[in-house]
Amino acid sequence: MDVLELSRIQFAANITFHFLFPSITIALGWFLLFFKLRFNFTKDVKWMDIYFFWTKVFALCFAIGVVTGITMSFQFGTNWPGFMNTVGNVAGPLLGYEVLTAFFLEASFLGVMLFGYKRVKPWVHTLATFLVAFGTLLSAFWILVLNSWMQTPQGIVMIGGEAIVTSWFEVIFNPSMPYRLIHTLLASVLTASFLIIGLSAYRVLKNGNTKILRSTMQAAIIVAAIVTPTQIFIGDLHGLNTYKHQPQKVAAIEGLWQTQKGAPFVLFGIPDEKQKKNLMSLEIPKMGSYILTHDFNGEVKGLDQFEDKHPPVGKVFYSFRIMVLFGILMLIFSWLGVFYIIKNREFPKYYLKILFFMTFSGWIPTIAGWYVTEIGRQPYLVQGILKTADAVTTTVPSSYVGITLTIYLIVYAVLFYAFISTIFYLARGASDKLSNKHKEIDLGDRRSAAVKIST
Amino acid sequence: MIDTIIHSGQWLAYVFAFLMGLSMLIYGLLDGYDLGVGMLSYYAKNKKESDQMVSSIGPFWDANETWLVLGVGILLVAFPKAHGIILSNLYIPVFVMLIGLIFRGVAFDFMSKSDNTHKKDWYYAFFAGSLTTAIAQGYMLGSYIIGFKLDTLYAKLFVITVSISLAVGYCLIGANWLIMKTNGKLQKKSIKWAKLSLMGAITCIALVSLGTPIANPTIFNKWFLFPNFYYLSLIPMLTIFFVVWMYLLLNKLPYGDDRYCWLPFVLTIIIAILCFIGLAYSFFPFIIPNEMLIVQASAAYSSLFIIFIGVLIVLPILFGYTFFVYRVFRGKTSDLNYD
Repeated sequence: MDVLELSRIQFAANITFHFLFPSITIALGWFLLFFKLRFNFTKDVKWMDIYFFWTKVFALCFAIGVVTGITMSFQFGTNWPGFMNTVGNVAGPLLGYEVLTAFFLEASFLGVMLFGYKRVKPWVHTLATFLVAFGTLLSAFWILVLNSWMQTPQGIVMIGGEAIVTSWFEVIFNPSMPYRLIHTLLASVLTASFLIIGLSAYRVLKNGNTKILRSTMQAAIIVAAIVTPTQIFIGDLHGLNTYKHQPQKVAAIEGLWQTQKGAPFVLFGIPDEKQKKNLMSLEIPKMGSYILTHDFNGEVKGLDQFEDKHPPVGKVFYSFRIMVLFGILMLIFSWLGVFYIIKNREFPKYYLKILFFMTFSGWIPTIAGWYVTEIGRQPYLVQGILKTADAVTTTVPSSYVGITLTIYLIVYAVLFYAFISTIFYLARGASDKLSNKHKEIDLGDRRSAAVKIST
Repeated sequence: MIDTIIHSGQWLAYVFAFLMGLSMLIYGLLDGYDLGVGMLSYYAKNKKESDQMVSSIGPFWDANETWLVLGVGILLVAFPKAHGIILSNLYIPVFVMLIGLIFRGVAFDFMSKSDNTHKKDWYYAFFAGSLTTAIAQGYMLGSYIIGFKLDTLYAKLFVITVSISLAVGYCLIGANWLIMKTNGKLQKKSIKWAKLSLMGAITCIALVSLGTPIANPTIFNKWFLFPNFYYLSLIPMLTIFFVVWMYLLLNKLPYGDDRYCWLPFVLTIIIAILCFIGLAYSFFPFIIPNEMLIVQASAAYSSLFIIFIGVLIVLPILFGYTFFVYRVFRGKTSDLNYD
């Protein structure tokens, strides 16, 4: 394999592994704030127990997210120097603002949030929790602005092969940004919700039900039940927006080879790039046109319009269907949970088992959706401006990339195993009974507690 | 000359070169003590000691590491043309450092949370990750000083020396951090570690200071031209003064009431700043030694300006809350708990 292919696999491996963890922390931070606020208002210590359990998971995800994120900031330079050389004037400030406004904020207050409970006033601790959640959100904002700009670039002129910004407003509020931002944030909410639900279900199955677990699951199931349909709606809008700006991506998603009126919606099939058709496809007639143009006989652009300038069809096509499938599963099982909650019934065992199996079900559609949008942009790195092949390094030998890629994959496999097993270990070990230690501090004299610790 | 710099907008390139240097220096100091503590954790006698060492940096390491992201971010953002060349040349050491940083960083969290059979492995990963990171960073610094030309034996030896020097320097600041943050047995041990590291550091600073001008003739001319030499000799003289001060102080510590436990740490910072000024002077105005000037590598004025505004607003706030966090966790380290 050549440097280009190896570098692409390497970056894909890095960003995939990295993204698993922010996709949890972006929303988990807000869940933590919610638990903390519930405690502040109700003074019920169970919320603090929930809070402390989930800060541990948060800290673990955050740490892995940070260290794998640093890897990527270096890879821009080591493997993709053409990216910064061409669009550095756009990407630079956006990444710079991410570091300055978000990274330092979240990293600094994380310490206070994790270890400062007894050292600062209660409201400062709540504020620290808020700032960590806010910093994580802000970081997601900047990175998604940049990614969206790479999909739908505007607000620049190209001078001597270099992008020069003419309007920062246009760069930041590029057409796909609002949709991609909301779609990704909601994906994170669902990932975190199902992690919370699944791990709590696991604890119930292992150690029996408690008030703490019921409250946790209830909160997360309600969030998931509201967010899943919202996400499907937003996803649809995002698709329409993509159709307007990157029709070749949508053509690949739909597996539509010829431009046609009354295009079908392909439920499933095997896209064949050589024959330029789908094998064994199962289709709903005219539905494709209806979804994209809101008219059963509307004309939809097919892949034939984008000779050599469309993404690899199969990867985009399958990824999209995996994403949708998991969206539907999430919808069914979050609503089923709401049914039990409204009826005020215990969750039956089969349901808990399903939830346990769905612990990481947020990851799969999130990653699949990410593949749809990223592979769907190929062969471009920045749509219409910079091809991926033109950005890759010309000086690093492919053997270097090959060796480092192999080691990265091994390291990620180790970390992945360690993460999963540690999370379940934490869940098994967590005490499900209300502990008295927080009570003492909250009701007693905070000062004396603080003194006791420092001596 | 100053007029042309202002009117051509070149001043921004210099401002960013300064900011990049500042971030790298702050990174070296802050993550330096983290990595130093990490390396020294190998010599912890029991679990309690290593836990105490880890706890002393627990609330800080994450933000400390962010300075590296800012440093490389500025290189990426402000000097896109240099960034590709520097990082392509450092492909392997950057990779080694990243693997080190990954293990060091995750070990923090895994060691407190994983089950007992794997705890030991994570303590070891914490040490090994810290050591790997320090050596890789030293290697990068060394290759940078000689302009990435590693073909002669002398160059190779020089780069190895710089690698070891940086690791020793990190151990020194790490040990001095522990003197400040711990007490009792561990503090006494840290004083011993600090003395040993100081001996190593003296040897290393001397070797690197003499080796650099020989490895890079441009730097030789910058330092040994008269009358510049007279002013410049202030830097090594001050360094010697502070090193001697630290040596004498370490021999007297700990005092009964633990006064001055913070002083060795501060002295290390001063010495590091002096070494850094020496290095910066050696390279200015090049961003890649002997090859590319700061102004040749810089990004478009308009893009730099928009980040500059951000920096002006954010940096004071950033320093503000960093100060706040250090205040919250001031004093001796207690066991860190999540509650």
